[in-house]
This record gives sequence, C-alpha cells and structure tokens, in this order.
Amino acid sequence: MTVKELAGTLGLEILTGDINLDRQVGSGYTSDLLSDVIANIGDDAVWITIQRHVNILGVAKLKDVSAIIIPRNLGLEEAFLNKAKEEGIAVLRGAQSAFELSASTYNEMKRGRGVA
Amino acid sequence: MVDSLTYTPKITLEFEIGEKDFFIAGECASRVKKTLQQLGLKQDVIKRIAIIIYEAAMNVAIHATSGRLIVHVDPDAITILTQDIGAGIEDIDLAMKEGYSTATYEIREMGFGAGMGLSNIKQCSDGLSIESKVGVGTNLEAKVFFRNEKKAVEDT
Repeated sequence: MTVKELAGTLGLEILTGDINLDRQVGSGYTSDLLSDVIANIGDDAVWITIQRHVNILGVAKLKDVSAIIIPRNLGLEEAFLNKAKEEGIAVLRGAQSAFELSASTYNEMKRGRGVA
Repeated sequence: MVDSLTYTPKITLEFEIGEKDFFIAGECASRVKKTLQQLGLKQDVIKRIAIIIYEAAMNVAIHATSGRLIVHVDPDAITILTQDIGAGIEDIDLAMKEGYSTATYEIREMGFGAGMGLSNIKQCSDGLSIESKVGVGTNLEAKVFFRNEKKAVEDT
C-alpha cells in the first residue's frame, strides 16, 4: 500500500502536494515522545503524532518515515509544511483521533497483506 | 554489508550544537547515518549509532549553552563524543534511570526530555562513559563495536 492509497482509503488530507505519495507503507507507529519514536519506530512507517513543530521533521528524516499523519484536524503552521516539503516528507491529516487513525491504518495494512 | 571495515577510513565528523538547537540533532544523526551507509555498514549497527547520536545531541541542545558532537569512525568501532558547556549532571546514576528528567515543561511538551535519552544511549552502545561537573558541563563518550553485531544480525 502506498501513502496515496492510505490517504485515499482513510480520507486523509494531503498537505505536502505530490511529495512521497508513491512511497510504500510497511508499518506504523503512534507516539508523541521523540525518544520513543527514535528507538522503536519500524521501517517504512507512517508516524501518527500530535507534535507539529519543525524539530520532529529531524526525527522523521532520520527514521526515513513514509509519512507523518496528524490527527483531529489539528492546525499546522506554514513553516512546518514548507520544511517538510524541503525535506521530502509527506504530511497527511485526518479528522479521526490518533487511536482511530492507528486502528484504521493497522487494518488496512493487514488487509493489504492478505492476513486478515 | 560488512560487520567490520577492512581499511582505516580515518573519518571524523564534527558538529557544533547551539542552545535549544533541536533540529540539529536529527541533522547530525542523518548525516552520520548517510556516511556509514556509504561505508557499507550493516543497517542494525547504523540504527543503533543513529539513536546514540540523536539522543546525545539532543541532550546538549536541551541542557547546555553550547557544545559539539564528534564522531570517529575506526575499522572496528565508532566513537561518539559530546562535549558541552552547561548545567552538568548532578547525579549520573539517577540521570541514567529511564523516565528521570530535569527538562522543563516547555521542552517536555514538545515531546523531548522524556528521560529516555541516556538509557537509550546505554542500550545502544557497547561502552558508555560520562563525566560531568554541575554548572560547568558534561563530556560523554559512547562506543559501538562493529564485530559485536555479527551474531545479532545473523540471527534475524
């Protein structure tokens, strides 16, 4: 499943244009503690977080995330989105809570793999 | 992918870290990661090294007024050093405990300062030493040996 497919299925808003949309989504992680993310996020992961300051992009870049997903339609600053584009990181946003986004993403992944 | 290098790369990378310069931590780790990937080191080792660098650089950005991060790459090991001028650590054993943090509320609210930094560094390194003087600053040295990874990687 690609970032674009996930965004389509979950009805997520794509805030960074065409950036990274064809990237595969291989796993997911939900956390707002950066040390936790650094230590535990998997490969090709979507990262669900309410953190929205530019410094999280350093973590996203280092862990080479597939996309960042922001829950509850939380507001984002222009500077954050510009930096994300500059670093080549896709940022998506949904109306759902982090819990709901995690569950839906997980189910989609499972379905995509044919295990469900 | 190799578990130790067959030549002496003579690589030293150095980064200046300013007070509250949080973005640089990710930058340092990303740049070292890229260099190590070019050297062909195993992904598992690179991941551990990147965590150490990120956490060590974040500690400098959060707790010091200025500092630097130095990375030495040798054929069989990598050494990560941070040297800073700043608050220092009063009780190193306590600081090593997961969850213990002296970071301010503002910093924690950003998702930093969760008290996981030093324990993450310890878990990822093969050797760690910290010297600190309150009100003066902290020196940290972490080592990762490449050969130690061989079995762990083969098992996966």
